[in-house]
Amino acid sequence: MTCLPAHTDKRLGLVIDLDTCVGCQACVTACKEWNTGGHMAPLTDIDPYGSNVDGVWFNRVHSYEHTTEMGGRTVNFPRSCLHCETPACVTVCPTGASYKRASDGIVLIDEDKCIGCKLCSWACPYGAREFDTDVGVMKKCTLCVDRIYNDNLAEEDRVPACVAACPTSARHFGDLGDPASAVSQLVADRGGVDLMPEMGYRPTNKYLPPRAHTQRAASVAAPALEPVRAEGGFLGWVDRMLSN
Amino acid sequence: MHPAFSVVFFTTATGAGYGLLALLGVLGGLGLIPPDFWLGLIGMGLALGLIAAGLLSSTGHLGRPERAWRAFSQWRSSWLSREGVSSVLTFIPAGLFGIGWVFFGRTGGWVTLAGLLTAVGAIVTVCTTGMIYASLKPIAQWHSRFTLPGYLIFSAMTGSLLLNALLQGFGIDSNTLLATCLLLIVLGWGWKLATWHHNDRLEIPTTANTATGLAGGTVRSLEWPHTEENYLLKEMGFRIARKHGAKLRLVTQILAFALPGLLLLAAIFLPWPLAAIASVLAAFAQFAGMLVERWLFFAEAKHTVTLYYGR
Repeated sequence: MTCLPAHTDKRLGLVIDLDTCVGCQACVTACKEWNTGGHMAPLTDIDPYGSNVDGVWFNRVHSYEHTTEMGGRTVNFPRSCLHCETPACVTVCPTGASYKRASDGIVLIDEDKCIGCKLCSWACPYGAREFDTDVGVMKKCTLCVDRIYNDNLAEEDRVPACVAACPTSARHFGDLGDPASAVSQLVADRGGVDLMPEMGYRPTNKYLPPRAHTQRAASVAAPALEPVRAEGGFLGWVDRMLSN
Repeated sequence: MHPAFSVVFFTTATGAGYGLLALLGVLGGLGLIPPDFWLGLIGMGLALGLIAAGLLSSTGHLGRPERAWRAFSQWRSSWLSREGVSSVLTFIPAGLFGIGWVFFGRTGGWVTLAGLLTAVGAIVTVCTTGMIYASLKPIAQWHSRFTLPGYLIFSAMTGSLLLNALLQGFGIDSNTLLATCLLLIVLGWGWKLATWHHNDRLEIPTTANTATGLAGGTVRSLEWPHTEENYLLKEMGFRIARKHGAKLRLVTQILAFALPGLLLLAAIFLPWPLAAIASVLAAFAQFAGMLVERWLFFAEAKHTVTLYYGR
């Protein structure tokens, strides 16, 4: 049923640190590699070596230039399903293919029920769902549901592929419904935010904004000029005149 | 949003079809249109034909049309499912009404009841179509108070012009119906202008800042995650040049409102068969104009995902 569960036992999701993400795309390729053989397989590629490359990806990393009065900086921004608490992508589904699990809050698609009407992708403000033109069904991030509960993997590997691959630990996985969990603590400490909170979808995944600019000069810069000491005499008079 | 022809045709054809069906159900059921075999057959055939053609066209939009039957199951949460259910349910009273009114030439009793139920089903179905679009928060041009009334007004307008063309074709001249058509054209034109006025001045709270969680200042897209257009950009990143938009709005106004209005005004004063020819031309011109209107409805709608791509 595409009605949403009133309550989920857990709220599994990701916390993504925009301060440490270097935009290396390792999470993107790790996601593709795992999931093209996983729960939503295949992640079809169309014309992969031609001039009209297209294909299904669950995780895409954008680069932005964020300019404020403090200056500008490049922010690498991974974008994937946020496993919202009130995902309209689920409720608009006419067939019951889309569902949100009551046990852990993961939003999934039953590929055998999907008719490929694409309405769920219209209902998602974040662009998390991508249509597989080859298979004719919608696809999306599964939060690596086939890894996180997988007894065949070593315990430390039971995290989403993107989290396991990240070389800068910019991606964290855990239960955001438990205020004592490491990810919830991280969100509280770093002021993690929701994307498009005004939409009211109440995303589970949180983004940690880049840390504030520091006032320290970069170590490669020339040393700053000594300030002119206040003094009397002619130079003091010149200093006062020039300072006016 | 990408204006897929299957969906543009679907919403325009079913809108006109359900409008005509509702009018036939009410006016025929109450005996205001005299039962006549050929008029009834062509009228009901046209209405149900447009609906069936539209519904078939909409399945062309599906990735797995063979599973379309599953879409009847989630009516508790999904407007698309509700549309499917109500469109199929409407065929039941419509079929009964068609048999009674067309084949038995009867009005009153169960035929009237079936006619009125047909109209209720038609109106509910058009409402569900409008709500599919009106309920989508990421598309501000659709998630507005203009969308649902727009679908209802355009359905009544196109349906009444079809009915007028049909009756005029059979030599039944009704100035009341012509006046109603003209009023609906004025209402539809006004509603479309008000909708465009509203959409052109939309202030959307969602920005590249809220989309990325980066507060303050400006957020500029430096680099996409991919070199070619992906599904998101093909489906939701459709852009129409402003100059074409202005021209197509003019085409919509001429074909859907101005020309049919003038033709129907002339029909009031013209003798048969000139009045009938003018009425049929008006219905054809308006249908073409509404296809352009519906194309623009999609093409001018902007999805929030485009913010991630700096569009």
